Amino acid sequence: MSYPENYRYTREHEWVHADGSEVTIGITDHAQHELGDIVFVNLPTAGSNVKRGETFGSVESVKAVSDVYSPVTGEVTAANDLLSQKPETLNTDPHGDGWLIKVKLAAPEEINGLMSAADYQKYIGTE
Amino acid sequence: MIKKVSKHIVQEESLLFELSSPGKRGYQLPELDVPAVDPEKVLGKENVRAEIEGFPEVSEFETLRHFTRLSTWNYAIDLGLYPLGSCTMKYNPRVNEVVARTEGLAWAHPYQPEHLSQGCMEVFAALERALAEITGMDAVTLQPAAGAHGEFTGILMIRALLEKRGNPRKKVLVPDSAHGTNPATATMVGYAVENIKSNERGMIDLNVLHRVVTDDVAALMITNPNTVGVFEGNIREICSILHDKGALVYMDGANMNALVGIARPGDFGADVMHLNLHKTFSTPHGGGGPGSGAVAVAKVLTPFLPAPRLKREDNAWKWNYDLPDSIGRVRAFYGNFGVLVRALAYIMAHGGNGLRQATLDALLNANYLRALLEPSYQIAYKAPSMHECVFSDDRQAKHGVRTGDIAKRLIDYGFHPYTVSFPLIVRGALMIEPTETESKRELDLFADAMISIAQEVEENPELVLKAPHSTRTSRVDEVTAARKPIVRWRPRFTGSQAAD
Amino acid sequence: MRYLPKSDSERQEMLAALGMQSEEDLIAYLPAEVRFDQRLAIENGKSEYEIVDYFKQRAGENANGFASFLGAGVYNHYRPVLVDTVVSRGEFLTSYTPYQAEISQGTLTSIFEFQSMICQLTGMEVANASMYDGSSAIPEAAMMAVRITRRNKILIARTVHPEYREVLRTYTRHQGIPVEELAYAKNGRLDLDDLNKKLSDDVAAVIVQTPNFFGLLEQIEEISRLVSSKGALLVAVFTEAVALGLMEPPKQADIVAGELQSFAISPSYGGPYAGIIATHEKYIRQIPGRLVGESTDASGRRAFCLTLATREQHIRRERATSNICTNQALLALMATVFMSLYGKEGLRELAEQNLAKAHYLAQKLPLPFDAPFFNEFVARSDGKSPEQINAALLDQKIIGGLPLARFYPELGNCMLLCATEMNRRADMDAVAHAFLKQ
Repeated sequence: MSYPENYRYTREHEWVHADGSEVTIGITDHAQHELGDIVFVNLPTAGSNVKRGETFGSVESVKAVSDVYSPVTGEVTAANDLLSQKPETLNTDPHGDGWLIKVKLAAPEEINGLMSAADYQKYIGTE
Repeated sequence: MIKKVSKHIVQEESLLFELSSPGKRGYQLPELDVPAVDPEKVLGKENVRAEIEGFPEVSEFETLRHFTRLSTWNYAIDLGLYPLGSCTMKYNPRVNEVVARTEGLAWAHPYQPEHLSQGCMEVFAALERALAEITGMDAVTLQPAAGAHGEFTGILMIRALLEKRGNPRKKVLVPDSAHGTNPATATMVGYAVENIKSNERGMIDLNVLHRVVTDDVAALMITNPNTVGVFEGNIREICSILHDKGALVYMDGANMNALVGIARPGDFGADVMHLNLHKTFSTPHGGGGPGSGAVAVAKVLTPFLPAPRLKREDNAWKWNYDLPDSIGRVRAFYGNFGVLVRALAYIMAHGGNGLRQATLDALLNANYLRALLEPSYQIAYKAPSMHECVFSDDRQAKHGVRTGDIAKRLIDYGFHPYTVSFPLIVRGALMIEPTETESKRELDLFADAMISIAQEVEENPELVLKAPHSTRTSRVDEVTAARKPIVRWRPRFTGSQAAD
Repeated sequence: MRYLPKSDSERQEMLAALGMQSEEDLIAYLPAEVRFDQRLAIENGKSEYEIVDYFKQRAGENANGFASFLGAGVYNHYRPVLVDTVVSRGEFLTSYTPYQAEISQGTLTSIFEFQSMICQLTGMEVANASMYDGSSAIPEAAMMAVRITRRNKILIARTVHPEYREVLRTYTRHQGIPVEELAYAKNGRLDLDDLNKKLSDDVAAVIVQTPNFFGLLEQIEEISRLVSSKGALLVAVFTEAVALGLMEPPKQADIVAGELQSFAISPSYGGPYAGIIATHEKYIRQIPGRLVGESTDASGRRAFCLTLATREQHIRRERATSNICTNQALLALMATVFMSLYGKEGLRELAEQNLAKAHYLAQKLPLPFDAPFFNEFVARSDGKSPEQINAALLDQKIIGGLPLARFYPELGNCMLLCATEMNRRADMDAVAHAFLKQ
């Protein structure tokens, strides 16, 4: 699977896709592969707040739970309801339909520190 | 070649609800010797239930056949070795089952008058004495219902002591090799958990320990031997480091099968420990429980033991509730008495001499297996093993086969798998504990099986990856079970009732 | 030692493979200061006969051949013979937790049946594979409610078993969960005014037992309305499972917690028993302990496995729903066999017999509480003390009820009596006689 050029990536294997002052956040293909078959996703509700570096939810496989960290600070405008019905979407389309939350940025400059697709691929190549 | 098992026809069986038919019954009650009463009149119509919908209606013999058939789908210690690390799956002596069912013991009510319960209380006292002697501790409580329950009791007592001294402190140190119940327990007692990294020999690093033991630390939870089966040689110093800072040492006694008769935690500095009577002391696992988590303490913690405690007065046993510093109860009544009877019977059968011999045999069995398997599997740590040995799946991973797959293939050879992927500090762990009640023959068969599988990994990995092949069910879809949990039966109204 | 299957020559062979001479070599590396080089001060190993005899003697020092009217959380019910036949099978008795589903379908299937029957019995949608006992199921239910509501206060009725309440306090002490007790009214049931008064917005759960410790049925319908109007959860507790054969289950409750000792689990001086927690489907991820789920194998055949393990300690560690590891599988199996043998009609008939026995005795005695009861009730003695009545009964080899003074000082002249299908009319007449002969 390819890593979209217009996304930004974190060391904790999240991706961020900016659309003005709102971003969409998900986990990368590398992350879903490491986790295995996803069985449950725990997400915050719209209206709650996230803070950069803090966990906002978790992703579960049969034998493991992984926290998901927010790369940005802001207000959650939407959580992906599809994942409560079909958590497997995170495995099949982690960069598209498997998005986790949308956030209205409180500090848009936070995105600047994130990795490009090329840097991320290099990062996971060496991990 | 698979020597220990061959294919065999097993009976199929539906669920009880699928065998039901209205009016079938498996019981008969005697006739009433008092007048019957009308439930609706006596309880009020709104308090009387309609029938229990869906509840089974089957006959006595169908019930017996049902469960007998189900039982044949299980592996069990009675059938063969369970090499599960830290589970100590040893022979469950049958005399224990007989004595636990002795009428005066099995039917004793916990509230019956004390002078009519002296036999039960003496059993409690005798077991407390024996376990105190075995652990080198000053007092024992038999109240906790299981290991994790014992951990909870122990950490509660530590907190009570520290509170009495003026400061409960904030955190508990837990090695990264610890069993999951350890950190879960610490949280339940209001402590934060700080994980300490094991060193390259899988043991506690004294330098790290010196650094992390501050005045904020209430206790260290340690397993000894640790979860890679290695004895923490520095245990005395570890305990000193904690004690010097006013903290305490909790020892998880899951691996006590390596120590009985040869080392006593009370002697080397532990302040409190739990014992798993269903591991070291042979009480049956029964498919997942009951257990019993006896807790032994050093003198400094005795005032905080759960109430009540046995007291000897006028030549009789009494339950004493006058314990002002006790942490209270951790469960109703006194303890899992039925399990305690079995543990005491086990200790009596062995005696002091036999207990030590059992430990040495457990060590011999584990080291023998280690020697047979080291050529084929990567030993995780070079240090001497005690009652269990841990390998990593590094060599097999090169062929794309992991510990979980090897475990599944082991089933085809007629064995239950070893402990897979635990402890977490070993990559792809295989944790193997044979216990002392395995014969040389069974051990040799196990080693042969493991060596054969190692060969299969190199020559025919698919065979291992798709295992097991010879069980009644193949690998169960745990993913769908977690995504769409179905945890109760519901009637299916589409045609036939049987679902197979 | 007869449990050790190795001859000395085999030991020597194995030691030779390790390059060792004696088993002592296996521990030679242990530092001297940690070794215990003495002999354990425990007598030499005993023969099987001596062990059986020891416990026979201990049993002889207990009550033998007494009739008993004790209940209070532990009940005398008949144990069908088939229960021990089934659980004595080595494949059930000596098997491990069913983590390896392919070779544990026996255990997994029977637990699935157990979970299903508990749901049917309690009116709930999901039930776990059992807790240690009824008393520890209470704090687990309380912690569930705290997690679900994100509130932290617990209200518990004084008519819940006194020892269960003590256990709740022990568990909640260090988790920032204050516990407050609710009074009982003149009729022995939960005082609804007191409940109303104490139901604040920070209450996560209200815990009520029915039949309560005094044997009386609580008004679950009213209680549940009050509790849910404040956004709290109702936890309904039972200690006498046989009551559910006849009594309307507390289906208005959010969580049901209880004790199954009545279902073919020996009283055994206090344990081991089997507790359960049952709840609604929407709370399934908050339930503690093991859960068995239905699935299929690779060929599409129905198969069972442990599921939703990510709630548990071995995965979540410090963030687990609970630290619990064990479930009372063997005892749950006893209960499953019991429930299968009695079945739909049998449980009802058994409950009706209990009702008849208890009401026969109760109608002869002064009762302080006026409310419906199942097979336990409180009787008051206006002359002699309950202890004196019991002393007189002991002479007739009858163990009377539980004097309530130790748990409810305000009821010092009362005792709690239980009559089950095992109690005989003649013994009940003797109890009535001892009471009335003031």
